[in-house]
Amino acid sequence: MPVRIQTEDFDAGAEIAALRRGNPAIGAIASFIGLVRDANEGERVTEMTLEHYPGMTEKALAKIVDEAKSRWNIIDVLVVHRVGTLHPCDQIVLVIVSGAHRGEAFAACEFVMDYLKTQAPFWKKEQTPGGGRWVDARVSDDAAAERWTRQEKTQ
Amino acid sequence: MDNSDLVKGLGSAPVEAGAVTILYFARLKEAFGLGSERLALPSSVATVGALREFLRSRGGAWEVELATAKPVRVAVNQEMVAPQTRLNPGDEVAFFPPVTGG
Repeated sequence: MPVRIQTEDFDAGAEIAALRRGNPAIGAIASFIGLVRDANEGERVTEMTLEHYPGMTEKALAKIVDEAKSRWNIIDVLVVHRVGTLHPCDQIVLVIVSGAHRGEAFAACEFVMDYLKTQAPFWKKEQTPGGGRWVDARVSDDAAAERWTRQEKTQ
Repeated sequence: MDNSDLVKGLGSAPVEAGAVTILYFARLKEAFGLGSERLALPSSVATVGALREFLRSRGGAWEVELATAKPVRVAVNQEMVAPQTRLNPGDEVAFFPPVTGG
């Protein structure tokens, strides 16, 4: 299963080792880890709760992984996303892409993150000294995902 | 899902045969104080956009959160859809704010 939603933390090193074990066709691995920051929009963040839509989340992520595999010549993809209550310095999301060469692995890894940000049904609620607040979606995230649509059109 | 069983199970009038399940997430779930509901669609509600209008007419938090200017996303059977998407009996419809994972 290339997609996992869990409350527990993850070990990127162990996940990479498992993904590449015994496969001599893999020449490159690109990975991304998203973390909880201690500040957002000028306020201190003490805690963050991640909610998701069970069922749709897994489907949306699997679709994003399939899309990445159809666009680039890559070998494997793993997405691990945590839900529940997290704190600054905690890990939130892990994306690993393996391939024969680095170019496609880098591109596919960035694509998966950009699409996850706009398509996968997760929502963050931050606790700040001023109380709880839902994080607003960023226009820059839509723009990041949109880049890939434009590239597709020009290909 | 077999709707006829649901109708029998609930012992409701045949109007339940046209019912959909509606889910709310994040800010909307909190504002409505409701995570899910079963709703028999009025005959005037054929699309996702019409359902949003119908829910908005409940007033209060519904009117505020589902206002036309608010960025609300809708999924039908766990796929994001456009407002003109038609609804069918037994559909799972979800309303939520733009996503913020990652």
